[in-house]
Amino acid sequence: MKTWKKSAIAMAALMSASTVSVAQERDQIRIVGSSTVYPFASYVVEEFGATSRNPTPTIESTGSGGGLRLFCEGIGAGTPDITNASRRMKPSEFDRCQENGVENITEAMIGSDGIVFAQSAENDDLNLTREQVLLAVAAEVPKNGDLVENPYDNWSDIDSSLPDREIEILGPPTTSGTRDAFEELVMASVSEEAGYPGEYTDVRSDGAYVDSGENDNLIIKRIQENRSAFGIFGYGFLEENRDSVKAASIDGVEPTTENISTETYPVARSLWFYIKKAHEGDVVSGIDGYVSLFMDDLMIGPDGLLVEEGLIPLPEKARRKWQERVAERVNLKRSDLTK
Amino acid sequence: MSTRRLTGSANDPHIRRRYRAEKRFKAYCIGAVGIAFAIIVAFFTDIISQGYTAFWQHQVQVTLEYNDRSARLGQFALDSDMRDIASRGATRSIPLEMEDNPDLMGTTDQRWVPVKAEIDQYLKHGHDLPAELRQQVDALADSGRIQSAFNTRFFTTGDSKLPELAGIFSAAVGTLYVLGITLVFAFPIGVMSAVYLEEFAPDNKLTQTIEVNINNLAAVPSIIFGLLGLALFINFFGVPRSSALAGGLTLGLMTLPIIIISTRAALRAVPDPIRQGAFAMGCSRWQVVRDHVLPSSLPGILTGTIIGLAQAMGETAPLIIVGMIAYIPEAPSGIFESATVLPAQVFTWASEPQQAYVEKTAAGIMVLLAVLLTLNATAVFLRRKFERRW
Repeated sequence: MKTWKKSAIAMAALMSASTVSVAQERDQIRIVGSSTVYPFASYVVEEFGATSRNPTPTIESTGSGGGLRLFCEGIGAGTPDITNASRRMKPSEFDRCQENGVENITEAMIGSDGIVFAQSAENDDLNLTREQVLLAVAAEVPKNGDLVENPYDNWSDIDSSLPDREIEILGPPTTSGTRDAFEELVMASVSEEAGYPGEYTDVRSDGAYVDSGENDNLIIKRIQENRSAFGIFGYGFLEENRDSVKAASIDGVEPTTENISTETYPVARSLWFYIKKAHEGDVVSGIDGYVSLFMDDLMIGPDGLLVEEGLIPLPEKARRKWQERVAERVNLKRSDLTK
Repeated sequence: MSTRRLTGSANDPHIRRRYRAEKRFKAYCIGAVGIAFAIIVAFFTDIISQGYTAFWQHQVQVTLEYNDRSARLGQFALDSDMRDIASRGATRSIPLEMEDNPDLMGTTDQRWVPVKAEIDQYLKHGHDLPAELRQQVDALADSGRIQSAFNTRFFTTGDSKLPELAGIFSAAVGTLYVLGITLVFAFPIGVMSAVYLEEFAPDNKLTQTIEVNINNLAAVPSIIFGLLGLALFINFFGVPRSSALAGGLTLGLMTLPIIIISTRAALRAVPDPIRQGAFAMGCSRWQVVRDHVLPSSLPGILTGTIIGLAQAMGETAPLIIVGMIAYIPEAPSGIFESATVLPAQVFTWASEPQQAYVEKTAAGIMVLLAVLLTLNATAVFLRRKFERRW
């Protein structure tokens, strides 16, 4: 009986010891955050691992909000060093960071992401408002204070100034981040003005909106063949196919690199990441190498590797500004976020 | 009428109806087996036909030049027309190589490197390529400078954003670590709990409650164990997120009830006369368990454990919660390091947009299935070989 007891105690001790000895510094950078930034960040992560002597950082796609929640949990090896976001940090998130001792944060803007509403290049130029797009794709539209099934078959039914073309829209499926952004930036943002009782993001399923898979090349091919159809996809694909397709202006603004990166174009968002300064050197080494590789023109410049992956680079001046701010590790202030 | 029913003649309409019903029922059952079999065949055909191409890969013969420019950026080691064909992964480590070995400066090296994934896909499946590049690739293939070879890299490297470099190795190592921890955690606790409940515990309200709860625990959805693991191991004990330790302990929680239940079944299968015989010889209860009951029930215990581990190995849901579904290209070298596992790797590849990941996904599934079938076959073998019937 005695040896039995001893070994049981030894085993319990061993188990607790193995869990206690965890609080040590890490040698791997930990990154969390947005799934939109994830393909770019993981590209940089791999490049960093292969071209430096640091171990490859780990990167987890948790969504912007999830990433900021983990990031602001506190200081120490158990919390991430960097979080990616496809929107700016909210003041409430900043406050939570401060409360938990994450005081010095550096903000980095890496580029933008725009969503275009494109048609065959043979068609006339077109200007659509977000409200018109909403009425074309929504499952139900407001009529005399009620929501009724979408009755519009032609664009001219929505507004007589629009061409007499059948409504046919090829767009991303619900699993896509582009679809999320489209629903948020086009549908939800104008649904109340358009007469819906609240935010409305249901897309019609009567054949006018066609889920076209994640393959944006296929959408481009189909809108070339079918002149009445519109396609919804990321700006990167428009740029590559300028000769065959062109984009409608939205609310009077053309989707150009310039307009997207300055957010004048309404269906655009900027991409960010946030660095926890307290972790640099103390908790993990190599953050500086990773961050400077990410902010290098080699990555986010107009001819950078990430542009090939679909990133819209910042305009020259803004890029220099952000590169400088990041290099100097300027502290993020609450007033920056409320502007 | 009544006499005919008693004789049970084959012409009796009732009997004929019963025979017909039996035949129909048999046909339905055969149909069910047929459907199940067809699904399995369709599944395997689909996976294998999509995945087998991933085990081969096209390579191109290039000349690497070690000079001033390639010491700064590896791409410059290649001719400019090769830069569009050879994988970027083949050259990016050149600056580090040259730093380690300064003698390389000024030399050249000829070697086979993987081609870019789009070109590999073009050569394998005829996927689209720009016309100019296509001519270039065709010319190289005709002159024998592009060839297809067994893709050893798939088994020796980890995940990559460049599909031509992506491999399953780090996920396989991660799985080993995780299963090792699951085994070390769940096996002793599970077996000891089962021995106590089966051999020592009195039969009262308390032990009955414990029994019912263990049985219920085995039916709890795995995602809930993930949440428990997050709260207990990561938030309370401070185990690093994404680490093999966090994943292994979480899966251990999930496997524990399976091991307890199968161990109890194995112990119960040992006939009582063996225990009574040992008691009659003056053995203590501990000696009975150690020298007689445990040895003869060991095959059953191991079988249950292996099946529990196989189930844990295919699990993904709880691992999402503890952060193991992440981009982790390097194999972990310890239990505190970030790791990923085979099913997580399959999941990651399945969500990549590039065409080349389709075959990687299928190949990953093939590797996962092969390991699972091996584990289950081991369990069957152990049971057949060592199980004793009384």
